[in-house]
Amino acid sequence: MNKVVANAQAAIQGIQDNMTLMLGGFGLCGIPENCIAALVEMGVTGLTCISNNAGVDDFGLGLLLQQKQIKKMISSYVGENDEFERQMLSGELEVDLIPQGSLAERCRAGGAGIPAFFTPAGFGTEVAEGKEVRMFNGKPHILEHALTADFAIVKAWKGDHYGNLIYKGTARNFNPLMAMAGKITIAEVEELVEPGELDPNYIHTPGVFIQRIFQGSTYEKRIEQRTVRPRS
Amino acid sequence: MLDRNGIAKRIAQELQDGWYVNLGIGIPTLIANYIPTGISVEFQSENGILGMGPFPFEGEEDADLINAGKQTITARSGACIFDSATSFAMIRGQHINLTVLGAMEVSEKGDIANWKIPGKMVKGMGGAMDLVASAENIIVAMTHTNRKGASKLLSKCTLPLTGVACVKKIVTNMAVLDVTEDGFKLIERAPGVSVEDIKAATAGNLIVEGEIPEMVI
Repeated sequence: MNKVVANAQAAIQGIQDNMTLMLGGFGLCGIPENCIAALVEMGVTGLTCISNNAGVDDFGLGLLLQQKQIKKMISSYVGENDEFERQMLSGELEVDLIPQGSLAERCRAGGAGIPAFFTPAGFGTEVAEGKEVRMFNGKPHILEHALTADFAIVKAWKGDHYGNLIYKGTARNFNPLMAMAGKITIAEVEELVEPGELDPNYIHTPGVFIQRIFQGSTYEKRIEQRTVRPRS
Repeated sequence: MLDRNGIAKRIAQELQDGWYVNLGIGIPTLIANYIPTGISVEFQSENGILGMGPFPFEGEEDADLINAGKQTITARSGACIFDSATSFAMIRGQHINLTVLGAMEVSEKGDIANWKIPGKMVKGMGGAMDLVASAENIIVAMTHTNRKGASKLLSKCTLPLTGVACVKKIVTNMAVLDVTEDGFKLIERAPGVSVEDIKAATAGNLIVEGEIPEMVI
């Protein structure tokens, strides 16, 4: 079983206008940089993108926003992007804001064959509007539905030909959950290794969830908030 | 009156040995600098780390190691890293002992608003709604009044809510207050602040019983 494709261009074959995509990452940490660049080049439009954030003006999903390729964003926090705010306030961009834990669980549920679940998050707020409320253990919960996508695009540190993946640091975030929830899931990795090189005990995403994998050409890994302490 | 660090120092006194704690962005982040000696706590950041350490030394920043505020961090010895669903399982499942976060408004019923100003600020709620809906122990760290001098402790929130009836304790630059069934109960005054000052700065129902001690920072 060999899921390796040559590059990002080959990996995103089949992505069409108006499709729904999931893209892993938290801020700019653990985002699939190579596939985002290839999507900009491809020029596909009308996309619904499910991603925790929307990048910054000139990096991450901000690059797709600049080219007006995104019709709708489903995210939990979008505060770092002026172009995003402009498009949202002018009505060009549809935005669905979801509590972060609900977003993560909705992706996980989508991949795990659970159509919906109840959560206390958002009860009594505008997030709960129009949603079924049910009491469990004396506490109100709202019904949230699973999310799936035509394509899920994730970024890992290492991967093998089977699609087994290992993430590094907090670049893991939403990637393992979205990997489960794509009809087709693309994994881009910093290092593609031979089968057998990854210790089976330390695999984060089992290869069964991955359909295409490639080694990214370069990673800028931009830091959004560089915070340091003095050496004293 | 306390400054931001003073608020953080006072909240740090609430920490107990062995606790797992989630600190929000802003004043709550400063609490990590004032952990009382002799106790051990672990900090969770909801993007997926337990055992968050201090900021890295210059030149040692790692783009793959950040907190939920997207700041570069370090991992302490014994830290662990996990995905976002596991992270919120810890939060929703009440495995985190204390959540500290900022607020724009808190009501006397314990409702909190901290994510949206209609027509002005629409950045999203991030993990705040999940945190306030599930945490058993929530402390709000904020200034008592906003930049225009208006009280942030109200009978009813005017901004879109983040959660209902969830805040248990508030530490401001002027006071420590518990949220009770009858309203904000004044527990302590900040140094140099009188009960009258606090009354004047609190729009919601304020309960003052007996002598109110001054905070010991």
